[in-house]
Amino acid sequence: MMQNLYLAIPLAPLLAAILAGLFGRLIGRVGAHSVTILGVGAAFVMSLLVLKDQLDGGATYNAPVYTWLVSDGLTMQIGFLVDHLTALMMVVVTFVSLMVHIYTIGYMHDDPGYQRFFSYISLFTFAMLMLVMSNNFLQLFFGWEAVGLVSYLLIGFWFTKPSAIFANMKAFLVNRVGDFGFLLGIAGVVYYTGSLDYVAAFKAAPSIAQHSMTILDGNTWNAITVICICLFIGAMGKSAQVPLHVWLPDSMEGPTPISALIHAATMVTAGIFMVARMSPLFELSEAALGFVMLIGATTALFMGFLGIVNNDIKRVVAYSTLSQLGYMTVALGASAYGAGIFHLMTHAFFKALLFLGAGSVIIAMHHEQDMRRMGGLRKYLPITYWTSLIGALALIGFPGFSGFFSKDALIDAVGLSHAPGAAYAQFCVTAGVYITAFYTFRMIFMTFHGQERMDHHTREHLHESPWVVTLPLILLAIPSVFVGWFTVGPVLFGHYFDGVIFVAERHNVLGELGHEYTGQVGFIIEAFHGPALYLAAAGVVSAWYLYLKNPALTDRIAAVCAPLIKVLDNKYWFDWFNENVLAGGARALGRLFWKVGDEIVIDGVLVNGSARSVGWLAAVVRHVQSGYLYHYAFAMIIGLAAMLAWLLARA
Amino acid sequence: MNLPLLSIITWLPVLGGVAVMLIGDGRASLARWAALIVSLAALGFSVPLWCHFDASTAALQFVERLPWVPAVHSDYYLGIDGIALPLIVLTTFSTVLVIIAGWTVIEKRPSQYFAAFLIMEGLMVGVFSAADALLFYVFWEAMLIPMFLIIGIWGGARRIYATIKFFLYTFLGSVFMLVALVYMYLKAGSYDLAALYQLPLDRTEQTLIFLAFFAAFAVKVPMVPVHTWLPDAHVEAPTGGSVILAAIMLKMGGYGFMRFSLPIAPDAAHSLDWLVIGLSLIAVVYIGLVALVQTDMKKLIAYSSIAHMAFVTLGCFVGYEIVAATGNTSGETLALSGAMVQMISHGLVSGALFLCVGVLYDRLHTRDIGAYGGVINTMPYFGAFMVLFGMANAGLPGTSGFVGEFMVVLASFKANFWFAAVAATTLITGAAYTLWLIKRVVLGPVGNDGVASLKDLNGREFFVLGVLAVAVIAMGVYPKPLTDVMEPTLRHLVQLMSVSKL
Repeated sequence: MMQNLYLAIPLAPLLAAILAGLFGRLIGRVGAHSVTILGVGAAFVMSLLVLKDQLDGGATYNAPVYTWLVSDGLTMQIGFLVDHLTALMMVVVTFVSLMVHIYTIGYMHDDPGYQRFFSYISLFTFAMLMLVMSNNFLQLFFGWEAVGLVSYLLIGFWFTKPSAIFANMKAFLVNRVGDFGFLLGIAGVVYYTGSLDYVAAFKAAPSIAQHSMTILDGNTWNAITVICICLFIGAMGKSAQVPLHVWLPDSMEGPTPISALIHAATMVTAGIFMVARMSPLFELSEAALGFVMLIGATTALFMGFLGIVNNDIKRVVAYSTLSQLGYMTVALGASAYGAGIFHLMTHAFFKALLFLGAGSVIIAMHHEQDMRRMGGLRKYLPITYWTSLIGALALIGFPGFSGFFSKDALIDAVGLSHAPGAAYAQFCVTAGVYITAFYTFRMIFMTFHGQERMDHHTREHLHESPWVVTLPLILLAIPSVFVGWFTVGPVLFGHYFDGVIFVAERHNVLGELGHEYTGQVGFIIEAFHGPALYLAAAGVVSAWYLYLKNPALTDRIAAVCAPLIKVLDNKYWFDWFNENVLAGGARALGRLFWKVGDEIVIDGVLVNGSARSVGWLAAVVRHVQSGYLYHYAFAMIIGLAAMLAWLLARA
Repeated sequence: MNLPLLSIITWLPVLGGVAVMLIGDGRASLARWAALIVSLAALGFSVPLWCHFDASTAALQFVERLPWVPAVHSDYYLGIDGIALPLIVLTTFSTVLVIIAGWTVIEKRPSQYFAAFLIMEGLMVGVFSAADALLFYVFWEAMLIPMFLIIGIWGGARRIYATIKFFLYTFLGSVFMLVALVYMYLKAGSYDLAALYQLPLDRTEQTLIFLAFFAAFAVKVPMVPVHTWLPDAHVEAPTGGSVILAAIMLKMGGYGFMRFSLPIAPDAAHSLDWLVIGLSLIAVVYIGLVALVQTDMKKLIAYSSIAHMAFVTLGCFVGYEIVAATGNTSGETLALSGAMVQMISHGLVSGALFLCVGVLYDRLHTRDIGAYGGVINTMPYFGAFMVLFGMANAGLPGTSGFVGEFMVVLASFKANFWFAAVAATTLITGAAYTLWLIKRVVLGPVGNDGVASLKDLNGREFFVLGVLAVAVIAMGVYPKPLTDVMEPTLRHLVQLMSVSKL
């Protein structure tokens, strides 16, 4: 029974995607959104059943669906592993996806590619479910790349827009750099454990730690460290960690619903999920964990800064996503995998909410995204305003909201960590709280409060979005407020992840925190003793002062800090470096190889050179033969005869 | 029912081709239909070949043996194993598609065009089924003739240059192979491949024989630095010629390594594996970068072919290094199997991409990337196919393009971390040149009036690309039937590779 359910969950959206994609014209717009919403809705309901079964003590399911291929004793299968972690991810993915499906009816209402869009987002849901439900590295990689494919298709959904088709290619290529590492990591797992299966590989993992690898001469590495870092490079691509983060802001070229679904709530968290899933491997390598923490902390703080200087409402939310992904990564590095996953879950709700709220603003503003031309929208878009405000409060960690529990626990866990770099990480995530609150409320104030800066025409047409848009906002606002309160005890400090996520005793910071945990109220009171809450409040107040109360001061500060702002405006020159040095270098090298290697050396000297010498030889024997092609053939036959003679003489 | 299936699949297209030629250009429609029926019949006969193939053994099957040239003890000896079977099916499958694709496009001497493809089909099947080295050599050389004609008659402006270059390269390589075969015949007294496998050869002999074979097969694959004939040949060849060249003819090189080099000269292959592995890895990086800067669509795909075929040669030879690194052969079969899968997949994917270029070329008569842009606006179905095949070319899981590369990378890791790392750069370069091509040709706003006037795929084109799309996805989702057929043969090959002849 459960087995059929597991199979039906990913297949329902796949079937819907095929129907809407291949027969979109036949079934029409209503047909397309009905069938896909039905498919994803069914997947959501079934995922809830799975979660309930798991919570009721249902057994972990781990079995193959079919054998993909067998070669050399290595069995590669498609199969499902359903445990507490999977069930949680399935519910989050299908819920957010369902909300986005409904929202899309309103957002893409006038788009000629309506059916195609629904097909893509359903296909995405299938791929994401395959990723989280996998019981082996092959299917993980399949889901990993399949979500990347759909992300590519969706960022470039408006394929006549040059910036969109640049952004989707960039996203795919940057992710491929990550996948390069990921593939090597998988190859390493297969090499040392002889299996692609999670359980078998994890069982054999401690023996890997005994091996060392020579990567460069005289430089030996622990094999498990190499494997974990390679796998994490994959996560850096998918979860947009510095320096592979550059694709995520550009991915905002895609329609807003997918920014919420793919580039905030689900796909970009695949890397976090993957590392948590691989905890039995990562726990064996201090070096890899340190690397994870370093990258995550850097992303968390430095990407937050970029949110401050951006005026595009979606990009601000995108930089916020980068920063929050950094938070989750820091948690992984601190071995607080549960905190990372917990933040992943709360973030999925409130960040999807913020994106969809931004989308609602964008609809009202007739596809204007520049916050400098907004302001005062509160009274025109009341539902959007209040839900976005809830999302913002959850994001900055307002006491009692979902983001508060996940972020505070995360910061506390990092504080307890003894991993190398923990002090740096703690500084980054704590300072990040102020930055987060500042850019988030800068956005809220610039958009919904203050002067109305839009033109007359836009203002006349301002009105709240239709119910298909506002309903998902409300439905997402509910978990953004409450989900933390109800789950912090069992999921974070309870035994929810026991037997699923493996933490070495000496790394067990969440366990330590758990000892002090006395309930939600106690947790909130405890927070008043720490700096995070005050930093968040300070961020909101500074944003209020600088953007509502005294904007003139903002301009003066900007003038004083011009060099700093230049750094931020240029996004630390990552894009410049990639486009000019890496991409430009590759093209220059390619041109060099082509023009010099192929055309001058090989064709010019070797081929035409030998052709000329053969031609010369042919000219000598011209009396015997005529005809262009045969000159060469004849010359070769002479050579053949000579060689035969030589061989026979030797034999 | 004991039909001589291999002879039928070999000679039916050859004789059918002659018949089609005799029908003549005056009755082009009849010639086309006749050609289609012959090719379908050949494909039909390969169905029982696949169904009745015993996938549990490495032994030659469907064996036919008749005395052929008694003076040199050479037999008309046909038989196939798990390496040959998929390649034969790929050949008969591709030929049907090429004939449909050329249906009304070819206006110049149509009956001869179709005849050339049929005759070539038969000869290529002969190459894959020959179990006698001399017979193999005859088919090997004979199959080049129709290809010369196809490029030389139906080719583009610089077709003569391309033909001569093609001829120069391939003939030069083949000549060395003939010398090696004759030498071995003189020692063994037989051209029977099984006898050549058993023939003891000392190190010098093996090295010379290996290098002679290497000259023939490396040119065919083609490997760097003897690859420069391929872009020229592809650019000048008509669409069908490019498809067969990429889908089947390049496979002759990989097939030759598996059928001749590895089992006949295992010790030389072992001691010279660095050469092949080195050239393969160079090809992945070097050719990947060269492909990136191409401005001609066909050249780009041709270079992409070379980079993809490097996985075949890497998979063939990395086994020796696996043994050197780990002390056992576990992983060798995986590498060889990956090489085989890569060959079949590349046949489908590059064939499909050349057909896509052909579709555009038939409409606007240019292969220049800059002459396109935003094709998807006027040709949405075509655009969807092109994106799909592009993704397969970039090795996306779920398509055939992923399977072989994945297997070869997994196996290479066992030999050396760096082999796997360099090979895996194809994830980046392969995606870069393919997606950039798609961005410039397929996506974007309508580029010019030519693109604005494009008509989407007709039913015939849709069918051909659709069939290939199904094959590419089926193989990516469920490759097991293919690898199961090859497994025992490849295990046997690993044994032959491992036993020293010294």
